[in-house]
Amino acid sequence: MEKILEVRDGCFSYAKGRPLLQNINASLDGGQVMAVMGRNGIGKTTLIKCIVGILSWDSGYSTVAGRQSQRNRPMKEIGYVPQAHRVSFDYSVRDMVVFGKAGHSSFFAAPSRGDYELADRMLYKTGIYELRDSPCNELSGGQLQLVYIARALINEPKLLVLDEPESHLDFRNQIRLLKLIQGVAAEQSIACILNTHYPNHALRIAQRCFLLGEGDYITGDTKQVMTDANIQKFFGVVSHSVEFQYQGETVTSFSFLDEG
Amino acid sequence: MKTTHHAGYRKTMLLGFILLAGAAVAGISLGKYGIHLPELVAIFSAKLHGSVDRSMEIAAFVIFNVRIPRIILAAMVGAGLSISGSALQGTFQNPLVSPDLLGVSSGAGFGAALGILLTGGLGLFTPVLSLLAGLMSVLLVFLLAGTKKGGGTLSVVLGGIIVSSIFSALISLIKYVADSSETLPAITFWQMGSFANVTYRDIGIAFIPIAGGMLGLLLLRWKINLLSLGDEDCFALGINPHTTRWLVILFATLTTAGSVTVAGVIGWVGLVIPHICRRLVGVNHGHLLPASALIGATFMILVDTAARSLTSAEIPVGILTALIGAPFFAVIYRRGRKEG
Repeated sequence: MEKILEVRDGCFSYAKGRPLLQNINASLDGGQVMAVMGRNGIGKTTLIKCIVGILSWDSGYSTVAGRQSQRNRPMKEIGYVPQAHRVSFDYSVRDMVVFGKAGHSSFFAAPSRGDYELADRMLYKTGIYELRDSPCNELSGGQLQLVYIARALINEPKLLVLDEPESHLDFRNQIRLLKLIQGVAAEQSIACILNTHYPNHALRIAQRCFLLGEGDYITGDTKQVMTDANIQKFFGVVSHSVEFQYQGETVTSFSFLDEG
Repeated sequence: MKTTHHAGYRKTMLLGFILLAGAAVAGISLGKYGIHLPELVAIFSAKLHGSVDRSMEIAAFVIFNVRIPRIILAAMVGAGLSISGSALQGTFQNPLVSPDLLGVSSGAGFGAALGILLTGGLGLFTPVLSLLAGLMSVLLVFLLAGTKKGGGTLSVVLGGIIVSSIFSALISLIKYVADSSETLPAITFWQMGSFANVTYRDIGIAFIPIAGGMLGLLLLRWKINLLSLGDEDCFALGINPHTTRWLVILFATLTTAGSVTVAGVIGWVGLVIPHICRRLVGVNHGHLLPASALIGATFMILVDTAARSLTSAEIPVGILTALIGAPFFAVIYRRGRKEG
């Protein structure tokens, strides 16, 4: 498998003398999904913003598909899905997806008919084709999240980065979204990074897990990283995991019992 | 692939061009010196064939030296203010923004007032000074907002408020020291906004900033869509929000400063026309900007024609746009809320 993402000795701090991220090293191949986990305010979103190039590393660097990401130079190879949010102007779903093309076309270009057809295909792929003419602000949170994913996929990115994609979604939509991410990664061998607060979700779709703590982190195979011991260490929570069989596969599920 | 949305855009643009032509014809024939349509046709064909009959000389002078330059300028200013309004509303993610948000009008107003004070408003000095001061006001906003970590919409708006109030104070100062029998009325009239006594020279002065700025905004119209989604989405979609935003501001400022320089302060057009156009063609700035220019030009010709034909003494057009624009805005805003 082709190596898509590489982070080398990445350090970042918002204020001098209070480092948030220290010596981050990670890599991800095409087709792999990595779940970034950790407590609130520990720097998960900061980490993915550094990788995307919205923030720049204080030292160290990251490369995507062999190219070093730089601040203020958004890369076409990265599809970034921000947390679903409402916007001031009520664009149609189709327009919103076509906007994915607008940024990387030449500076003064207008989207072509081909771009709109591509947008329709993305909407079909994400399962919201029937909503294509709806105004974005009338969609539910789950539908809106899918629009943003369609928008990110329109440029055929090598790396898909999602910021807490399943927050604010109901169970059913959470499962649909996870299956979509899983499918996109496997079929198009896109590397995916997602921030999540749910170990069960990480276990379900991510081969790799990045567990971020204060000044340290562990990364590796999700099954080895996601243990009751690590949850106690990194989240301060007593948990209990159980294994059971579903459709011939072993599923691990965590229950959270107490802080401590 | 066609959607109802695109069909609406094409239809609106076609209808807009017909309306614009109609408004231009109305603007040429209506007024204190009424010119009937047959006479109008006769004069135009005579002009084309070279010589104008003596009996038509006055009418021909009114048409070619008074009304046509006036209509051209009104169209340019209407289109310019409306497209700037649309572009800035998108860029600042706020549909209540108007083209003089960043103090352009106050800056250009200060330049004009100073010009009138120093030279009585004759010659090229006043308009050029006004244009430069308008552009300088945004340069000051740029310096105040900073480029390091700032440049966010909030610091830009704040900079606009500061610069705007400084220039307003300076205008008051000039008015205070101005000669109250001649200079003060001239400044006051200028501020009301008017197309009276417009000449081809005014068109020459305003053409480059207005046309240049409009062209820039039209070319950037799809990027304005991205700016309207917020800075983080801009990064996600591959543009640098800071650079792009300042480009939009620069072009909108050029257009607005060009308009204020030749026509004075004409309010409400840049705020109301974008709202009307959103109803007609939707919120996509790719369609909204061309539609705003077209409808804005038509609207301004009609209002200016009304301004000089309604009463025996001409009403400054800025007063009329405010009188029409403000209630109109209240109505569409209320309707929009009910629908939403």
